[in-house]
Amino acid sequence: MHDQQWPLWEVFIRSKQGLDHKHAGSLHAADATMAIENARDVYTRRMEGVSIWVVESRYIHASNPDDASSLYDPANDKIYRHPTFYDLPDELKHM
Amino acid sequence: MYAQMVKTDAKRVKRPEEMSEQERAFQARIDRGEKIEPKDWMPEDYRRTLIRQIGQHAHSEIVGQLPEGNWITRAPSLQRKAILLAKVQDEAGHGLYLYSAAETLGISRDELIAMLHSGRMKYSSIFNYPTLTWADIGAVGWLVDGAAIMNQVPLCRASYGPYSRAMVRICKEESFHQRQGFEILLVLSKGSAAQRRMCQDAIDRWWWPSVMMFGPNDEASPHSAQSMQWKIKRFSNDDLRQRFIDVCAEQVKLLGMRLPDRELKWNEERQHYDHGPIDWSEFYNVINGNGPCNKERLAVRVQAHEEGAWVREAALAHVEKKRRRYA
Amino acid sequence: MGDQAHIEYTLHLADNALILGHRNSEWTGHGPILEQDIALSNIALDLIGQARYLYQYAARLMNGGRAREAGGPHDAGVTEGGKEVTETGGLVTEMRGVVTETGGFVTEDTLAYGRDAWDFRNCLLVELENGDWGRTILRQFLFSAWQYYFYARLRGSRDRELAAIAEKSVKEVTYHLRWSSEWVVRLGDGTEESHARMERAVDQLWKFTGELFVPAGYEMDLICSGIAVDLHAVRVPWEEKVREVFAEAGLGGGEGVREGGGSVRGGGDSVRGGAVAGRGGAGAVGGSGGAEVWMQTGGKEGRHTEHLGYLLAEMQFLQRAYPGCEW
Repeated sequence: MHDQQWPLWEVFIRSKQGLDHKHAGSLHAADATMAIENARDVYTRRMEGVSIWVVESRYIHASNPDDASSLYDPANDKIYRHPTFYDLPDELKHM
Repeated sequence: MYAQMVKTDAKRVKRPEEMSEQERAFQARIDRGEKIEPKDWMPEDYRRTLIRQIGQHAHSEIVGQLPEGNWITRAPSLQRKAILLAKVQDEAGHGLYLYSAAETLGISRDELIAMLHSGRMKYSSIFNYPTLTWADIGAVGWLVDGAAIMNQVPLCRASYGPYSRAMVRICKEESFHQRQGFEILLVLSKGSAAQRRMCQDAIDRWWWPSVMMFGPNDEASPHSAQSMQWKIKRFSNDDLRQRFIDVCAEQVKLLGMRLPDRELKWNEERQHYDHGPIDWSEFYNVINGNGPCNKERLAVRVQAHEEGAWVREAALAHVEKKRRRYA
Repeated sequence: MGDQAHIEYTLHLADNALILGHRNSEWTGHGPILEQDIALSNIALDLIGQARYLYQYAARLMNGGRAREAGGPHDAGVTEGGKEVTETGGLVTEMRGVVTETGGFVTEDTLAYGRDAWDFRNCLLVELENGDWGRTILRQFLFSAWQYYFYARLRGSRDRELAAIAEKSVKEVTYHLRWSSEWVVRLGDGTEESHARMERAVDQLWKFTGELFVPAGYEMDLICSGIAVDLHAVRVPWEEKVREVFAEAGLGGGEGVREGGGSVRGGGDSVRGGAVAGRGGAGAVGGSGGAEVWMQTGGKEGRHTEHLGYLLAEMQFLQRAYPGCEW
């Protein structure tokens, strides 16, 4: 049975004294409620009174690092993560 | 150290003339101390090496929960119980930060886990050793976490942004891990005869494997040079190892114990401790699956993953049901 | 009213928290997904934290309290299997017996590591084996719901210390209840497999819920004096909550939950030896089509399942094997 992965969520936290939400990292969760609870458990274990935002990674659109650069194809739709998904080459199998 | 056996494609570091324009620009950014972020162009080899290194680091944190987790239910006081549980939980969190960093490079956590379970990816050799007594928990904290910290602090300045930020977060939380380990040993060293013996016995068993954690000697690590140039490795194996030995050789005196190395001696000229030979055959055997606990560690992880499949599926099915209900 | 009852009550609450925290901690490194491993460890840490506050308080009561004299007024009516308990403050003096070896001073650790199963006062539900993730989740839900309504009322205790501990714990338990409720729903209303597992879990655990609402002998006087919580008041909201969550999860034979009713026999009196019959416990929730469920009891009086012995053997091993040592 194909084991589907729980979607990836990006987590943004504003600390108690903070002015804005900072990107803290990511985690896997099945739904938004779980994502927020996981974020609380993982990223705020030592803080109280924080504000947590979670967004599914696929909904994040990022700007281009260097608009003037002509080295690659600018595309505003690509998510901020590395856009390519390769199979790892066989060399990495041998230890 | 999590790049134990991480090979880059390059046989040797490329000279500037051999690089493409892109590669030169990339290297210049690294030389300037700039951070490479997920959407930036990067050489394929840089990306693959990082996936390997960060992924194996993450795997190490997860597998690393097991030897210490062994003793949570047997921790001899409520305070030790709580501290150990918190520490092992921290390790899970660290694994999570690192998987998160690796995923920015175009690989999923599931793929990484599949490679761990199939043996295509490794985890730090040290976690293939058994924790036989309570003193082992102290030794692991002092020596294993100590070695890890020595490796991790420089990586806070690694060139890949998500990786360095994960390392900063990890280092902040790591501070109590080593202290609690040393404190456990300190209490034992001042305890009953049995406790003192337990302390020395644990040190005797964990010392050399910890020293091996730093990986092969520099001459036997030809790929280190490329990693150092890319600033995903900041100090050589031998440099870090020497620092570690120097520090521990002093700290062990506070315990009134000795490190199991008859050739350990301060060298006034070098301003470092000389030490005895490392048994590399043990290291390579453990890395390749012949350590005391390799099979068990991996079996536990595989079992947890497989037995958890119905849970993961159910959660997704539930989300789907809700979506359809309210669509 | 006596120190004995007060101490036993405090120990009952502490033991509940410690034993469940211990059981949850067994999952560390074995959870179905990393994030949930961390979540359950957090809950375990919270529970162990609660246990520590309560044990420390119990220890203070024991160290400051006086041993009760034989034949005191409150001994009458406390029966065990029809026999009168003649040992004075059986618990207290036995404890003092253990403890005088270490100087006559009781600590949280003496209480956690120095008592045998028959001196533990936790309810049976928390000492059961974890089973699969579904069973663990259900156990957590049933217990957290109880703790939630219980602590809410304990905040009003005339014992200011217990009230303060309750105040601190309510926040944590609110989260435990929320987290576990959501999981009961996810798994109950997930896949066919997860639903089947949850129904099985309900079958296995339901018979241990009755005990949560049967006051032990030591509770009766304390309820009158405003120190202990009246369990009848906890049962109503608990039933409601369970009904609500089971309905959403599609548990309880799929028909949702029938209206409750049915008192647990013996609720107003001291507990007789052996199990107390309960008509489906909290109403006719769960069970096989609402058939009367014979409730298991005894944990609050020290009559446990076979599981607790093994659990304590593991937990207490080091302290028993190396008595009188510092760790």
